[in-house]
Amino acid sequence: MNRLAVLAGTILVGLAGPAAAQTELTMWYHGAGNEVESKLINQIIDDFNASQDDWSVSIESFPQGAYNDSVVAAALAGNLPDILDVDGPVMPNWAWAGYLQPLPIDESLIAEYLPGTKGYWDGKLYSVGLWDAAVAMVTLKSTLEKYDIRTPTLDEPWTAEELGAALATLKDSGDFDYPLDLGMAWTGEWYPYAFSPLLQSFGGDIVDRDTYASAEGKLNGDEAIAFGEWWQSLFEDGMAPGTSQDPADRDNGFNEGKYAISWNGNWAAAGMLEVYGDDLLFLPAPDLGNGPKIGAASWQFGVSAASEHPEGAAAFIEFALQDKYLAAFSDGIGLIPATPGAAAMTENYKEGGPLAVFFELSKQQAVLRPVSPGYVVQAKVFEKAMADIANGADVADTLDAAVDEIDSDIEKNQGYGH
Amino acid sequence: MAVVTGDSRGLRLAVRYLVLALVGTIFLFPLIFMVMSSFKPTAQLLSDTSSLRAFLPVGDISLDNYFAAFRRAPIGLFVFNSVFITVVTVVASLFLCSLAAFSFVYMNWKGSGLLLSIMLATLIIPFETIAIPLLLFVSRLPWIGLDGLEFGWLNTYRVQIIPWIADALTVFLFVQYFKDLPRELIEAARVEGATWWQIYRRVVMPLAGPVIATAAILKSLKMYNEQYLWPLIVVQDEAHRPIMVGLGYFFQLNVVWGEVMAYLSLITVPVLAFYLILQRAFIASIASTGVKG
Repeated sequence: MNRLAVLAGTILVGLAGPAAAQTELTMWYHGAGNEVESKLINQIIDDFNASQDDWSVSIESFPQGAYNDSVVAAALAGNLPDILDVDGPVMPNWAWAGYLQPLPIDESLIAEYLPGTKGYWDGKLYSVGLWDAAVAMVTLKSTLEKYDIRTPTLDEPWTAEELGAALATLKDSGDFDYPLDLGMAWTGEWYPYAFSPLLQSFGGDIVDRDTYASAEGKLNGDEAIAFGEWWQSLFEDGMAPGTSQDPADRDNGFNEGKYAISWNGNWAAAGMLEVYGDDLLFLPAPDLGNGPKIGAASWQFGVSAASEHPEGAAAFIEFALQDKYLAAFSDGIGLIPATPGAAAMTENYKEGGPLAVFFELSKQQAVLRPVSPGYVVQAKVFEKAMADIANGADVADTLDAAVDEIDSDIEKNQGYGH
Repeated sequence: MAVVTGDSRGLRLAVRYLVLALVGTIFLFPLIFMVMSSFKPTAQLLSDTSSLRAFLPVGDISLDNYFAAFRRAPIGLFVFNSVFITVVTVVASLFLCSLAAFSFVYMNWKGSGLLLSIMLATLIIPFETIAIPLLLFVSRLPWIGLDGLEFGWLNTYRVQIIPWIADALTVFLFVQYFKDLPRELIEAARVEGATWWQIYRRVVMPLAGPVIATAAILKSLKMYNEQYLWPLIVVQDEAHRPIMVGLGYFFQLNVVWGEVMAYLSLITVPVLAFYLILQRAFIASIASTGVKG
């Protein structure tokens, strides 16, 4: 009798087991080596796995520098996970290439999200981020007061003339190696992220966003040439260190007093606050003729095209979109939380917080980089053009060559699906 | 005829040693900088770069970067993976490439010269050009393991070992060396009735010490120091990552250079140990091949 009961029990457990088992979802993340980020993402996963019985997420983290190549290789080999994180400007390329599928979440959940955190391609939502990043001109109150320079505001940013006058005053003081640090030592994505908004503020762009079929007239039009000449003058006139800038100076030069103003991201703000405290000022981008602009979009979550469980992947992403996680990420790694509600829960971005200005900067000035699969190529072309012009190349010729390269790439890829 | 006095000989010797010491110091500078920087906080490390302090253990010295580096990445695992992959690949490569070279040099089969030429021609093909086809190939290959038949070699040690075992340079080194061995030895062994395997095992390989050392050193350095692109695309799990992919763990938005230097110092230890043990063979290998590792 006892044996029969045990056998019956075993059969029942065996039958019930599979029904109760969680389906495993795999997730890839770019944050290997970042202790804080790993702890936060693991916490979300643990909470999600414990919150329901249907899905169980397991994570594999990659070093950021190797992440994109790993994903592309895995896509070729048919080895993609269910959930991917993707850098905002790269998302259209991955969606177009068939690595991602549209994200089936309730979009009302992200109605209040900062625009840079939502990844749309071809009219469909593919990715959503828990945070955004923003750039500001970082300087000191004491510096502006000492040289009698007006403090710009979001409503009244510096004009091109005011910026020029401020830089000239700071240069003439002889107190700094350079009045402005643009971060030329940070090659790669920094160039299009940080510098293409300055081009847009002049009225140009990397590509014609109406059609995404050409850069003609946008990257080499009158406005773009005016931008290029202004850009070149910054280096020729000794206003900013050029491409030979020592990376150590980029990381530490402002904190050591070598530069009066640093064009820098909110991720670097914590270190500056430690050095300068209340004296630190985050100024909005200047209005160079077509309104003040800064870059937008950081890492976001999406569902891979290979996933057989998009509903499970979407359930995890929806779970991660809670304000408490957005706030935890912001407190942990310093980035801008995606919603006002989460911002209010953070140390840095709550009203009156030391970095609160970045939330408004992101909300009011942010412009997405070109939402196109071709952006990954256009970014590299733009980077090279900016470096060449900074090094003294002819502005019109350089921009014409960049346009030719971008247009040729678009043509080779049959318009990238636009 | 000039008379060389003891004084002038001593002077020339002193000048020679001075120049050698200077050159040696220049080559040592990067290593000294790496090790010294690994003990400094990032701010000090960066400010020291503009002076000789960069090469001295001065200022705020501690082991903090090492502790932080171990927290940031599973360094022991990465070093083990790289050493394991390197050792297995090198041992297998020495065996199979020497067998191939033996066959090319002694066995006189039809087409061996042409095949050797074709194989040597592959030396001019950069790995990057075959990386993607090779990735597609290994991602579908079968394997019989503990779980039975499975397809796909991704996320394994074997995918980081097997494609690297046979290489034209190692075969070439063995071929060149075997050609210089006295033919009479082989012919005598054949007359005595030795099989090809016995000749390879008992006659040729015992005489091949120098070329084994050369090939082992060149292959080891390549496997340990240069394995980045291939593991990057075929290994997605942390458990099988080698040291060079692990280096990426230290490049975050704000790079902590002291930790980078600590990691580099740690992963250099096996190479330095390997070099110190095989110093003579290493120098001889560079002298004989003209190839720098």
